[in-house]
Amino acid sequence: MLKRLKRRYLAVQIDSAEKFSQKEFMDAVWGSLSKLYGEYGASRSGLAPISYNEQRGLAVLRALHDEVQNVRAAVAAVTKINGKPTALHVEAVSGTIKSLRNITEH
Amino acid sequence: MKRIFVDLHLCPNPNEPDCVKRMVTKASQLGYNLIAMSLPPNFVKERGQWLQGLCSEAGVDFVSRADLKSRTPGELINGLRKLRRKFEIIAVACESKNVARQASKDRRVDLLNFPALDFRGRFFDRAEAELASKGLAVFEVDLRPLLTLEGPPRIRLLSTLRREVAIAKAFRVPVVISSGVQDESLMRKPREMAALASLFDLDEASALKAVSENPAAIVKRNKQKLSAQFVAPGIRVVRRGKDC
Repeated sequence: MLKRLKRRYLAVQIDSAEKFSQKEFMDAVWGSLSKLYGEYGASRSGLAPISYNEQRGLAVLRALHDEVQNVRAAVAAVTKINGKPTALHVEAVSGTIKSLRNITEH
Repeated sequence: MKRIFVDLHLCPNPNEPDCVKRMVTKASQLGYNLIAMSLPPNFVKERGQWLQGLCSEAGVDFVSRADLKSRTPGELINGLRKLRRKFEIIAVACESKNVARQASKDRRVDLLNFPALDFRGRFFDRAEAELASKGLAVFEVDLRPLLTLEGPPRIRLLSTLRREVAIAKAFRVPVVISSGVQDESLMRKPREMAALASLFDLDEASALKAVSENPAAIVKRNKQKLSAQFVAPGIRVVRRGKDC
């Protein structure tokens, strides 16, 4: 029987004076992930955007449980989005979106 | 017990107080409990007190750090003699093999730092690790080049770091991960630094130790040594007075 896929949800804070669209943000994260781990490694991460709040500069990403550390490294390695200096910080990691929202809202 | 997160290598320009303030505030926001700033050997005491005050306002502990860049082992020994009692952390930038060997066996040296871009100038090999394992020196990895470099230089750096970290592990030389940044935009959270360390095959537990327990142990040891109660390793003044 196939093993159930365990997923984790990451709240990512965008630390920049600029505002970015979801596409620009995801392009930067995917770019960093594929630079560090290659396309094969990036494809194994199970990375997907769940929500994106442009005003708060807060994004929720989904990744496979075993790949959280790699995704965290890729997120930390982002230094620019669209050529503008930016830092991304993982605020929280959780097993459910609901508990992640509880963490990020408090 | 809650982990204490430490960044032993912040290097803001000391002539820009605003930059220093921003970095201290950022370190506090990112969850660091203790930071060390690289100070020039001739820094004035008032400057240190100002930094101490700034850090305590932000809720972060501060320790001073000196980076020694010597050309010969003799110069290094002289530098250590002058600075060891003035700074809590002494790091040696190992730019030649002789200096690297002297630094790793000298018990007054806390951190061994190697140039990130000069791959021929990285002398952390098995002999160096063996000497360091008998002394107190710790292998320091700055993460700034990992963030700023791209392409082949970063690939080469990762491969070098992977080899050096494996040697350090084999000889039980502790590893310390520091940021080594000059402005706050490249500062990362401690857990992100640990995640970046996975790029050179440092496992999660060791990486977390490298940003918390290992640097905290150096600071604790040196604070004890610099206190007025310290006499010699294992001997300290418990009480002073006529009735002792």
